Amino acid sequence: MKHVVVVDYGMGNLRSVSKAAEHVAGNHARIKVSSDPARVRDADAIIFPGQGAARACMDHLIETGLEHSVQQAAKEKPFLGICMGMQVLMDYSEENDGVHCLKVFPGEVTPFRFPPTQPLKIPHMGWNQIAQTQDHPLWHGIEDNTRFYFVHSYYVQPADHSLTAGVCDYGHPFTAAIARDNVFAIQAHPEKSADAGLQLLKNFIQWNGTP
Amino acid sequence: MGLAKRIIPCLDVDNGRVVKGVKFVDIRDAGDPVEIARRYNDEGADEITFLDITASADERETMVHVVEQVASEVFIPLTVGGGIRTLDDIRRMLNAGADKVSINTAAIFNPGFVKEACDTFGSQCIVVAIDAKRVSAGDEPLRWEIFTHGGRRETGIDAIAWAERMEELGAGELLVTSMDRDGTKQGFDLELMRTISERVQIPVIASGGVGNLDHLADGVLQGKADAVLAASIFHFGEYTIEQAKRHMQARGIEVRL
Repeated sequence: MKHVVVVDYGMGNLRSVSKAAEHVAGNHARIKVSSDPARVRDADAIIFPGQGAARACMDHLIETGLEHSVQQAAKEKPFLGICMGMQVLMDYSEENDGVHCLKVFPGEVTPFRFPPTQPLKIPHMGWNQIAQTQDHPLWHGIEDNTRFYFVHSYYVQPADHSLTAGVCDYGHPFTAAIARDNVFAIQAHPEKSADAGLQLLKNFIQWNGTP
Repeated sequence: MGLAKRIIPCLDVDNGRVVKGVKFVDIRDAGDPVEIARRYNDEGADEITFLDITASADERETMVHVVEQVASEVFIPLTVGGGIRTLDDIRRMLNAGADKVSINTAAIFNPGFVKEACDTFGSQCIVVAIDAKRVSAGDEPLRWEIFTHGGRRETGIDAIAWAERMEELGAGELLVTSMDRDGTKQGFDLELMRTISERVQIPVIASGGVGNLDHLADGVLQGKADAVLAASIFHFGEYTIEQAKRHMQARGIEVRL
């Protein structure tokens, strides 16, 4: 049986993520929430969630000693980043006056900035569509332009556009999902995105890590 | 295409049971929060809000179990309001599987609590509930004040200034209820909703007074709300969430169907 570890570094709605993963795992996988770097190392697959602010997120990763095991996991096994767990994979985030992140992928995280002529609410909160810009096993069974649940004020700008696996539009198009090799990361919350989100989690649990 | 306007059914929970008569023809037990939440999820609710109206602290523990059960079966955002007074209250609800908590009275007695809550858990999970009543006379410019205790006790706080202050303290969203309209089925106080929504940059949920589907659409189109919350029109089986969404869509509003 596959062992999937949900990385616990003290940020946000882990319970929601692990519950949703358990719900779809059936007999295929065992889901464990853990803050132990050894468990992250031994896991068959990693779910890396996250909520809150970038600095607190990076601080917790460093304090718990998880920074390197998460970076290593992103090199070698099926890896799903969610929300802040997507953002901290990049080089750098503008949040909290600037935070250096995990540098798994080149690129930055920037805030939504809207002019007074375009008074959109921040955070971008609610159900928005993701256009699938790459064929990927994690999109299997999910129609193009399906709505997912988002809550965020910052978004990822990958330096390499070929990383982008999904695009959403809020004021302007932005990268809502990235994928490379064994890593897939999404800005929306699959654990809160009803059937489509559960399908994505199910796809992840069944995924062998090849695009 | 872009962000959809949200429809949020609200359930009053007393000692672990949904009260105020929720009626679905094919539901076995009308008071079971899990069954009702699952039903709303199937109908396409965008989020679900639980209002804990339990009076005693002992019984409040029951709410944690309700949230745990619902969160293991229903995978859309869940908000819990009612009796949230301490960081520990918030932590317990989030650990049980809630995604957001709604703070009302505790914010009025101690606005610093909102900041503390946002700093600790992130703005994305802190909703501030504002219960407002019109206090301006007929020929005066419109003015609203915050009321507590179900609209019975005045605070003298200007509702619009309060909304701005809650945004400054970090609230991620505002749940605005018109105490003049609550329970009347005459529709939202659209001026109240629009005034607050245009004054803050965070999303606003309109609440209080929904009696028909046009009221929901009006809340978005005229009240400029980002989400609309209603209880009785869904509970009593008058309309399904899906009907509400189709109606809003017919009036030109982007919804998730």
